[in-house]
This record gives sequence, C-alpha cells and structure tokens, in this order.
Amino acid sequence: MFKQKNYLALGAVVFVAVLLLSLPTRATGRLKVAVEAWFLPLFGLADAAQQLPADLADSVLPRRELLREIDRLRRDNQQLKEQQLQTTAIARENQQLRAELDWQQQAPWRLKLANVVLRDPANWWKTVQIDLGSRDGIQTNQPVLTAEGLVGRVASVSLINSQVALVGDPNCRVSALVENASHDMGVLIPRGPGDPLDSSLVQLSYLASTANLKPGQNVLTSGLGGIFPKGIPIGRIVESQSVEYGLATVASVKLNADLGALEQVWVLFR
Amino acid sequence: MKLFQPILILSFAFLAVFGEATLAAPRRWLGAQIDLLPALMVYAALHADLVTVSLLAVLGGLWFDSLSANLLGVSILPLFAVGFPVYLRRDLILRDLPFAQLVLGTAASALAPVLTLLLLLNAGKQPLVAWVSLWQWAVMTAGGAAVTPVLFAFFEWCGRMLGYRLNTQMAFRPDREIQHRKILK
Repeated sequence: MFKQKNYLALGAVVFVAVLLLSLPTRATGRLKVAVEAWFLPLFGLADAAQQLPADLADSVLPRRELLREIDRLRRDNQQLKEQQLQTTAIARENQQLRAELDWQQQAPWRLKLANVVLRDPANWWKTVQIDLGSRDGIQTNQPVLTAEGLVGRVASVSLINSQVALVGDPNCRVSALVENASHDMGVLIPRGPGDPLDSSLVQLSYLASTANLKPGQNVLTSGLGGIFPKGIPIGRIVESQSVEYGLATVASVKLNADLGALEQVWVLFR
Repeated sequence: MKLFQPILILSFAFLAVFGEATLAAPRRWLGAQIDLLPALMVYAALHADLVTVSLLAVLGGLWFDSLSANLLGVSILPLFAVGFPVYLRRDLILRDLPFAQLVLGTAASALAPVLTLLLLLNAGKQPLVAWVSLWQWAVMTAGGAAVTPVLFAFFEWCGRMLGYRLNTQMAFRPDREIQHRKILK
C-alpha cells in the first residue's frame, strides 16, 4: 500500500504546509499578496459580468422613467443643499464653542469610495475585499462604513486591494455607546447562537449590570480604542438580558448596514 | 495529452475558489458557502495521479487561503488528508457508482472544514465558531456531497469532449478471414 512515491508525496505536502505555517507574519502576508495576484485577471472579468445586466437594463429604460428620476434627484439635491447649509452653520457654531471652551478641534472626515470585489470563501470569517490598496493611501485599521452605518475596519492591505474585517468578525471588536440617558458602553463581539441566515445581529457585551437598555435605542461608536471615531452609527438594540448572575448585561444589536449585500463602501481617512 | 487532466483539475480548482469568493447567493440563501475543493479532491484521488492530488492540495489550499482571512497554508493539510487515503484505496472503490461518489463527497466535505478549524484553533486564531457553525457545517457537507457526482459527470464529459477518442475495435478479425486460395484449390 505504501510505496516510496507515496511517502515522497506525503512528505513533500507536509513539508510545504509546515513551512508555510511557520513563516513569519510579514513573509506570509507578502506571499499571500503574491498568490492573490493570480486572481487579478478574473477581477476584471467579474466586474464586467456584474456590470452587464445593469448596462442592459439602463439601455432599455424608457425616457419617461428617466425624466421622472431626474426630477426626483433634483428635489433631493435641493433638500440636501438646504441641509448642508444648516450643517455648515451648526459646524461653525460648534467650532466657535469649542474654541471658547478650549476643547480639542475635531478633524473633518475624508471618505473614499471603494467597491466590494470578493467575500471570504471560508464560513468562519466575516471579511470582504475592496478595490482600494496601498497605492490609494489605504492603511490598516482605517474604519469602513456605508451611508447606513459602520461596516468594519481595514485588516490588511496589498497594492491594489485590501481586506476588511466586518463588524461581527473576531478580528473587528468595536467599542460602542448606547444612545440613552446613561450612555452605557460596551464592546461589540460576534454573536454566538442565533439565526444562521441572519448575519445582521451582533452582541454588545461588557455592559454594566445597571445598563438601562430598551429595544430601538441607537448604538454608536464610542471613540475609545483609537480606531473608530466617535459617533458612527452601528445599529439598534433588539433585546437585552442580564448575565453572569446579574453582574453584567449583554444586548443583541441589529446592524444598520446590510453586511450580506455590500457592494460599495466608504473608507474613512482622518 | 498526459497533462490535460491535471491542467483541467487545477484550472477548475482555481475557478472554483474564485467563484466561492464572488458568489454571495449560497451564503444569502443557505447561510453558508459551499466548498468545492473537497469534492474535487475526491475526483482527483480516484482518477488522477499522485502528483496531481498533491498539487491540488497545495495549490488549492494556497488559492483558498489567499482570498480568505485564514493563515496561509492552513487548508493544504486538510485537503491532502481527505485525498490521500482515497488515493491509496482507490482500487477497492467502485468509483463509477454515483452512490460511492456521494458517500466519499459527504465524508470529504464534512472532514476538510473540521480539520481546517482544528488547525486554526491550534495556531491560536479565533475563527467564528458557535452553534451556527453546525448549520454551516451541515450545509457544506450536504452541498459538497451533492456536488461530487455532478463533478464526476462534468469531468467525464470534458474528457469525452476534449480528450482523444478510444480506439474502437474493428470488425475485421484475421482469424475469421476467408482464405480464398484454399477454397479455390
């Protein structure tokens, strides 16, 4: 049963696997990028294939529909301009008050749009790949969000794309704050038991036993930890319960962003 | 021609890994992504040589890990652990029976993710493991099992379409030839 060539093959495969697993993190990272580069030609093909149905749908859209859409966008644009005026006035006032109280000034956020190109093929990680990399100025630990709320953080960067660890992944723990009177704080961790088809629930842990939580309360980033700036919306409290013999509280949080259907995200620069 | 089968198997593995990273539908509908590599490994172990089995384990594992947050190389040993015993016993396996393919696909698809998770946990990583993982494991096992006979049929079809045709036996048999000369005498 065991011929010499069988031994050789077994030895060779075990040697390669052990060698790769024992490489230093930096070397593994570089090798990973090199292997990942094999897939670059397929990225273009996948993009084109995804774009094709949209292009076809655009080409057969009736003119009346387009005019209605333009009309709606004009109205939205007008509303947004008014909101922007109000926001600018509020920001100016905030800056003045901060200066008077000698508080630290808040740096404005700069955002860069990225396309989600791949999802983690393994079921035990919640990560996606975006089409921005170190050549676009991306660095590890930059927050990633959508218009709805926080998505995750940049976990690793290569030249033309980056891996984003999503909220709920073991590599993305977020210090969060509940928008209530007592501003209860906790840490978002992956949700244990739950609906396997619902990836939008995460667990807010390490809350004080006195936490006053109610369903529907907003959860925001607390700004602690140095990665996520304060005030990014994350989700809403669904339910809470007392654990550890009443010494702590945990809550289920429904994320605002639909992590299962991400197509475009914003990377935040500070 | 000797290289046709290994190239076909490795190309399929490459595209399968890319497809798993691109297609979100199985994850959305079933809650888990189905891994095609264990099923492919079963096919390779039953129909290809040992070099192809080893290359599939190494390259398939590397491709999978490069698109994932896995440690690079962690999927190599589980894939080989699935394919190597099948290769050693392949003369005793009724490889053309769909039931045998289904059973082997089930075993391979169930074993490979468990071994990968064990290696990850052993390496100090913290993959997402919870009760939900049991459901995902069941989906991966059932999906892999269902895909295995389909893969066998696909590769058989590819072999028929792209490979050389078997030399069919001619109707002419020299021992049955009528010897005209003798009759004439």
